[in-house]
Amino acid sequence: MSQLLQHLINGIASGTIYALIALGYTMVYGVLKLINFAHGDVMMVGVYMGYATAFALGREARGSLGGVLLIFLVAMGGCALLGFLIERFAYRPLREKPRLTALITAIGISFTLSYGFQLDIGFLPGSAPRAFPQIIKPAQWFTLGDPEFPDVVLWNWQVISLVVAVGLMTGLQFLVYRTRFGRAMRAVSFDHRVAALMGIPTDRVISVTFMIGSALAAGAGLLYAIKDTSVSPLMGLYVGLKAFVAAVIGGIGNVPGAMVGGLLLGLVEEFVVGYAASTWRDAVAFGFLILVLLVRPGGLFGRVAAEKV
Amino acid sequence: MRRLAPVLLAAFALFSAACEKKSQPQPSGEAPGGQAAQPGTTGTPPSSDSLLLGVVTSLTGAQATFGVSTRNGVEMAIKEANEAGGVKGKKLSVRVFDDQSKPEEAAQSVTRLITQDKVLVILGDVASSNSLAMAEKAQAAGVPMITPASTNPAVTQKGDFIFRVCFIDPFQGFVMAKFARENLKLDRVAILQDNKSAYSIGLTEVFTAKFKEMGGTLLATESYSQGDTDFRAQLTSIKKLKPQGIYVPGYYNDVGIIARQARELGLTVPMMGGDGWDSEKLFELAGDTLDGSYFSNHYSPQNPDPRVKNFIANYKAAYKSVPDALAALGYDAARVAIAALERSKDLSGPAIRDAIAQTQGFEGVAGKISLDEQRNAVKSAAILKVANGTTEFVTTINP
Repeated sequence: MSQLLQHLINGIASGTIYALIALGYTMVYGVLKLINFAHGDVMMVGVYMGYATAFALGREARGSLGGVLLIFLVAMGGCALLGFLIERFAYRPLREKPRLTALITAIGISFTLSYGFQLDIGFLPGSAPRAFPQIIKPAQWFTLGDPEFPDVVLWNWQVISLVVAVGLMTGLQFLVYRTRFGRAMRAVSFDHRVAALMGIPTDRVISVTFMIGSALAAGAGLLYAIKDTSVSPLMGLYVGLKAFVAAVIGGIGNVPGAMVGGLLLGLVEEFVVGYAASTWRDAVAFGFLILVLLVRPGGLFGRVAAEKV
Repeated sequence: MRRLAPVLLAAFALFSAACEKKSQPQPSGEAPGGQAAQPGTTGTPPSSDSLLLGVVTSLTGAQATFGVSTRNGVEMAIKEANEAGGVKGKKLSVRVFDDQSKPEEAAQSVTRLITQDKVLVILGDVASSNSLAMAEKAQAAGVPMITPASTNPAVTQKGDFIFRVCFIDPFQGFVMAKFARENLKLDRVAILQDNKSAYSIGLTEVFTAKFKEMGGTLLATESYSQGDTDFRAQLTSIKKLKPQGIYVPGYYNDVGIIARQARELGLTVPMMGGDGWDSEKLFELAGDTLDGSYFSNHYSPQNPDPRVKNFIANYKAAYKSVPDALAALGYDAARVAIAALERSKDLSGPAIRDAIAQTQGFEGVAGKISLDEQRNAVKSAAILKVANGTTEFVTTINP
């Protein structure tokens, strides 16, 4: 029983991180009908920005609240800019071209970032994995059983990452459904040509969507790095693919779907690792995706749209 | 949505295809020249004036530092040999391929070296999983291969063209079990093994057998998969058993994180490992969390032998870092190959193989190398202690 509770805690902690990254895939897909495969790599760049900031701050400032906030701000701001640039110079010129062209470009950008970061020139970090500094000192906030050998442990970073993730998601929900800009986003997602005719600045809406998605990815990446304590240039490919699976499970283009998909995937993986073996994790994760799509081809929350003729 | 499905499928196919992308060859040094004899035929002399060696190793990916060290060691040996006048009046050159720490890439690279570059000898790799894939190809083509640091016994069992200049896993597991029982006086030990790596499983098996034979109690064998980043579940189970030590025969990139997370969970007992720990990156990843842990290794930089001192000084001058064991073994492997080329009666695969097989009492920087009937090096192991982000030489354990 206590083991089950521990796995639940761990699963929710990693699930919320997947959910945050999945949101970026889903938002961009919502407004552009494009799977932004570079999303995971943008996250990876954000983690390295946080890593560099943490080192620039020095050991003392790292663990303080101000320091952590600054690290998050730099990474999220930097990634928002990166997201803007990618959209502006790689995707926008291809907007009226066949969808596959943009998709291949996205894969190209993904590889440029992940393999570019393996170079050891100038500011690039090189291929070896590095230890992410402890910007949050790990502490056990709650234990069940013998305090020395607890049956269940709730770590402070698990709570913090849950609070941060839920906060970011709530903010996003508010933005999409309660603001003028959100209405514009939904209009562009519905039909960007008609939205433009109605006077909505579609280019700007799409740019800002990319920026928000990329900033969320950077935040999620930092939470991931705090949890797993290591960073490497290829982490984005792997985590990004997982988050994409989460988005598809929930129904791509659907915001609550991305959250539920992320949580489900996190839990499924944790239970596989806990009760079977970690070697099975990826096979089960993708198997789960296939299972969901067999039952609901549009994902859990997605609607299968009829083709417009 | 219906129109989208094929697009998505195509994307996935592309994505997975892209993940299997071809490695970029990384020629180093001069352009390859030598046309070696066709494997299997008897010696036709090469038609140009340079002898080509091939290196396949992990310059990127999980075991990147191993590969970079190996390459540096090999290049240093080649440079020294060329400065001393080359072999049989010819200059040596080397061609390096990166296998990205993946067995399938390693196999492809070897095939390229054999069929396109026609190399005389293949050197590589460090990770046993990669060397196994390479040995298959080298044996089939009849090109001699020397692995500098793959310790899994199966590598040289692939056939009579495959050699190594390091000891084998059983020996490392044996050494650490002996050290844990006799020097550290440990009774209760748990193991955390990497179940994706032949190396780790090999060390675990022998350690387990030897440790039990010497009267120790093995509490549990937990496992992880290479590239995992969260080991808390396994470490929590281990902690509950209250071990006096944990044997973690893995690679540095995982071990560094394991050590941090173990300390986080309040596990302060010493960890023990094998040569897979040997990387400067280990200390970068682990911080001070490995202080007081031990691992078995091929050589110690603190060895007072002038040969070792010389090697370290030259290496530092060229690459600005202290050579780890992988650099020393890469250097030794290349020197064994060069000495064999010098001795062999011609440059055909079988002749070079016979010359390598005769290696006895070769003075390497990582110990004396004598090859036995199974083409494995018989040599002693060093036990190193981790302290303040570096290693201290503890003792030598002989076969």
